Amino acid sequence: MCLRVLVANENIMSIKPYLRLCGLEPLVVRPETNFINVGERTNVTGSKKFARLIREGKYEDALSVARQQVENGAQVLDVNMDDALLDGVSAMTTFINLVQSEPDIAKIPIMLDSSKFQIIEAGLKCVQGKCIVNSISMKEGEQKFIEQAIICQSYGASVIVMAFDEQGQADTKARKIEICHRAYKILTEQVGYDPQDIIFDPNIFAVATGIEEHNNYCVDFIEATREIKKLMPLTKVSGGVSNMSFSFRGNDHVREAMHSVFLYYAIKAGMDMGIVNAGQLVVYDEIEPTLRTLCEDVILNRHNDNNESTEKLIAFAETVKAKGKETVKDDAWRNTSVEERLKHSLVNGITDFIEADTEEARLKYPQPLDVIEGPLMDGMNVVGDLFGSGKMFLPQVVKSARVMKKSVAVLTPFIEAEKEIRKQAHLKAGTVNEEGAGAAKILLATVKGDVHDIGKNIVGVVLGCNGYDIIDLGVMVPTDKILDTAIKEKVDIIGLSGLITPSLDEMVHVAHEMKRRGMKLPLMIGGATTSRMHTAVKIAPQYDEGVIHVLDASRSVTVAGSLLSNEQKPAFLKTIGDEYAKLKEDFANKKPVKQFLSLADAQKNKTKIDWEKFTPVKPSFTGTKTFDDYPLEEIASYIDWNPYFIAWEMHGKFPQILSDEKIGVEATKLFNEAKALLKTIIKEKWLKARGVIGFWEANSDGKDTIILKDKDSTIQLESLRQQIKKAPGQPNISLADFIMPKENGKQDYIGAFAVTIEGIEEHIKKFEAAHDDYNKISLQALADRLAEAFAELLHARTRKEFWGYVKDEKLSNEELIKEEYMGIRPAPGYPACPDHTEKHKLFTLLGATKNTGIILTESLAMFPASSVCGWYFANPESRYFGVGKIEKDQVEDYAKRKNMSLEETERWLRPVLDYDA
Amino acid sequence: MKTIQDCLKERILIIDGAMGTMIQRHKLEEKDYRGERFKNWHKDVKGNNDLLSITQPQIIEGIHRQYLDAGADIIETNTFSSTVIAQADYDMQPLAYEMNVASAKCARKAADEYTKNNPNKPRFVAGAIGPLNKTLSLSPDVNNPGFRAVTFDEVVDAYYEQIKGLVDGGVDLLLIETIFDTLNAKAAIFAIKKYFRDTKKEALPIMISGTITDASGRTLSGQTLEAFYISLMHAKPLSIGLNCALGAKEMRPHIEELSQIAGCFTSAYPNAGLPNAFGEYDEQPHETAHIIEEWAANGWLNIVGGCCGTTPDHIKHIAEEVSKFQPRVVPEVEEVF
Repeated sequence: MCLRVLVANENIMSIKPYLRLCGLEPLVVRPETNFINVGERTNVTGSKKFARLIREGKYEDALSVARQQVENGAQVLDVNMDDALLDGVSAMTTFINLVQSEPDIAKIPIMLDSSKFQIIEAGLKCVQGKCIVNSISMKEGEQKFIEQAIICQSYGASVIVMAFDEQGQADTKARKIEICHRAYKILTEQVGYDPQDIIFDPNIFAVATGIEEHNNYCVDFIEATREIKKLMPLTKVSGGVSNMSFSFRGNDHVREAMHSVFLYYAIKAGMDMGIVNAGQLVVYDEIEPTLRTLCEDVILNRHNDNNESTEKLIAFAETVKAKGKETVKDDAWRNTSVEERLKHSLVNGITDFIEADTEEARLKYPQPLDVIEGPLMDGMNVVGDLFGSGKMFLPQVVKSARVMKKSVAVLTPFIEAEKEIRKQAHLKAGTVNEEGAGAAKILLATVKGDVHDIGKNIVGVVLGCNGYDIIDLGVMVPTDKILDTAIKEKVDIIGLSGLITPSLDEMVHVAHEMKRRGMKLPLMIGGATTSRMHTAVKIAPQYDEGVIHVLDASRSVTVAGSLLSNEQKPAFLKTIGDEYAKLKEDFANKKPVKQFLSLADAQKNKTKIDWEKFTPVKPSFTGTKTFDDYPLEEIASYIDWNPYFIAWEMHGKFPQILSDEKIGVEATKLFNEAKALLKTIIKEKWLKARGVIGFWEANSDGKDTIILKDKDSTIQLESLRQQIKKAPGQPNISLADFIMPKENGKQDYIGAFAVTIEGIEEHIKKFEAAHDDYNKISLQALADRLAEAFAELLHARTRKEFWGYVKDEKLSNEELIKEEYMGIRPAPGYPACPDHTEKHKLFTLLGATKNTGIILTESLAMFPASSVCGWYFANPESRYFGVGKIEKDQVEDYAKRKNMSLEETERWLRPVLDYDA
Repeated sequence: MKTIQDCLKERILIIDGAMGTMIQRHKLEEKDYRGERFKNWHKDVKGNNDLLSITQPQIIEGIHRQYLDAGADIIETNTFSSTVIAQADYDMQPLAYEMNVASAKCARKAADEYTKNNPNKPRFVAGAIGPLNKTLSLSPDVNNPGFRAVTFDEVVDAYYEQIKGLVDGGVDLLLIETIFDTLNAKAAIFAIKKYFRDTKKEALPIMISGTITDASGRTLSGQTLEAFYISLMHAKPLSIGLNCALGAKEMRPHIEELSQIAGCFTSAYPNAGLPNAFGEYDEQPHETAHIIEEWAANGWLNIVGGCCGTTPDHIKHIAEEVSKFQPRVVPEVEEVF
């Protein structure tokens, strides 16, 4: 009964004084814990192979040795770099850092093994887990011992204390116990070490050397161990086991048997851990009985007067043919298909076979690229999924990426060779080689205002090892620098990263700017604070050429691969686009602020205008009026210069920009040159302004249709209405609201205009022939400005004169730019009337093509490019607005009104649809 | 006057909530960060929150007061990034020491006022030691996984200077927090031990708070929670706990585990839930407090508060909920098996 209470109590209320070690995972040494194997092959003094690998700098192969130890069951990894020919500190640092990036190895604790304390300390500086220091001792006196112990404690390491003092190494049971006990008292009483963090190595020496004094060494060790554990029960005992069989070097069969027999007895006496070759331990029970008995006699020093037992074991050893034993390890995966093997190597980060396997796959697949896009990508997808679901973690993923790189490196020469063949074929056939010169370039940056870049760096290396050229702009990178560099370096993908919340807005800004600059390359979004949802809702809508949220580094590889493959890209972007549109919709559905009204309800909430008090002004004429060759000089005074500077990517308000501290000088120069060019254009009549305006009797149907009378026929103009639920008192606006409903009884009017600047082509050609891009672009930009200015001019004259609803208007150009005039001139295809197809009616009414030469293209763009058209609304309540997103009920109604199929209507209205169509 | 150890035995102590979230509310601009002294600094400093302890100390003090009003027993100094390494982003390395002193003084001043007004509820200042933007266990270059962007010695030196500043500024405790690479934290512990050995001052208690980053239940540097604790046990910390990255809901299993293995006091200051798609934290004060209430009822907690997205209101709610429960009893560390 008592016992039960104690046990329950024990679980909850107490912490046991166990030795606790760890790498990435804990190793708690409980009394019931079996003997702990410390892997010994990563030791330059004990393994010739490992020593050679380290000396030759073949650290990757050296890591395989460590991995093999873990796979063979080592629970702690002993690392020793004590070689006269090595810079021990540097070798230890390099190797331990590498081990730390191999999670399969780093999961177990490290034992830092050196006779030079600075090499031990170098190792301690590289390990996050709790290490064992092997070893410190009192051979140079107590003072040094204490100093070193304090340092070990500061790093949080357990220590192995070798039974060694000022007099030398302890060889007898009594000396071993005495030295260990003295060290124990110093460590616990003066340094403050916890007893469970102290491990003794009471020295295992070689037996069966033929020297009689050596014969009792194993017995001394075993008996000292028994006593030490009795005297200091929380401490541990360890030792280098292979020392004891040194006389039989070269005869592994005998040595392994000796080790097993020795451990069998030492463990029974209390030995907790030992440095052994984890792959070479034989089971005590499975040793052939003759050999086992011989070993026992030698180790326990039985029947050994005059070295009798020793002689017998030596004689036996002669008879044993040293057979090279295969190391056993789970290599069943080596017998699977090459695809499975590649996947296994990728997932497990094994580089040992990757080159041969890749070569095999290359021969199997028609194109070397198929190996990358097939089995390698499949493997990386598995890695990505495991990582995403928390079954793999970062260092493993980084390792997988290295395997990938090695594989790609095997394939690259073949891919290049094929490219060259195709290139030659292209050259021969006179066709252009579209593959470009080198690897695809990916630009990475942490956005402005954010300094976090660990994630981004990882993405960079992972992509880098997949054969992409990485341009990493670092942290706090302003948008312009990102985009300028992307253009200058002709990169293929931009990747943005950010960790803090404000970075989200910055990313939206970058996407926005990419669109503004008319960039075409895809944009990848990553970083802790980013999400698929935010990307779908906020970033993707800013930019139409592909915005993809990338969850993590491993996924960046497949995403980049898809984006750079001409075949996959369209489908990939479509899939992502659809997915994001869906997300966006889901999001909208969840957001109460984005509630929509039915069309009927929206129509009920139309703009309130007191029509009783309103008397429409009759225009000075109905029908159209054409302006052929309108004086450019007069038009020029209406120019809004702001967009001209924007076209040249000079940011700032006109005219303040001319005196701007930073860009004022350049801006002024640009402005002066533009004015000079404009002067020439006007003087030499390079360009011709043509326009047409018209006015018609019109009334609305009280909903969204404007019925217009043109001579003897009527034409119905259809408008779209805001459907987003507005704040109380705010109307759901439609352009039709600004025209008096028929039922109110009075005749109202609507107007329209179309203007163009023609004649630019021959001058463009002239500049092109002279390779004068500057003037070419200036001319294009000026023509645009003139078209806009002409529209502004005609609108002003319309208000004051042609329609004459504000005859006394006196507005400056600045006020015009700010749209402070009465009435509006919205253009089809813009926010207030997003349907481009209404342009057909506008053009028909105005006879625009006949009167001005403007042609509508298939997609309803106007040619010449420097053209503007729109409707005139005179009502004082009329104002610019955006229709925003609309629902299906309105689209169906609209299609019916327009006599267009729903499908076609949806195609034209897609940007404003609030649903998937 | 009661020591923090005395208080911890009596009740669950409250640590404050997010500093960054509160600073954001002030909508400070570049010029506010610069203040008069750094108006001509050659680099943008907006976002360098630690600088505000020098340029806008009244704002930092004000935030401390709000948390003290909400019931915080422990307030953290505004020094998450006050190291030569982290300040390199702003070219402000030489200011690191000064920032620590200034921040410690802001918190000290506020805490002392409240202690004076109510000596029965003494307030403590924890010097916050952040994780750095460079890590000792991960290579930024996969082609060279043995490469490290910073050395252990450099990290120790950076933390040593920070610790000196914090101690000179008068903190009561040292809080190593948001640890995602345990080796960085080991360097901080190394620096703390060295500092108190060098100065022969009485060592301040150490609080340790790690960060479990994702579904794997591990730190960013790959350690399990228990391995994380084992790696840092040598600090003989006053408390061990978790903060950041996760909301209370996601942190629950880890806090439960920690409460069972920790041989010292435990702490938890989760985020206000997980960020939504816009990086904002929506979890309401009563929601956070409700989850934490259960932890307290289970006897898992000694110190509790909030991290990203939490506000004085969260702290107030948490303080009210946990005040009903006894603190976790620290398991006895036995001396024999």
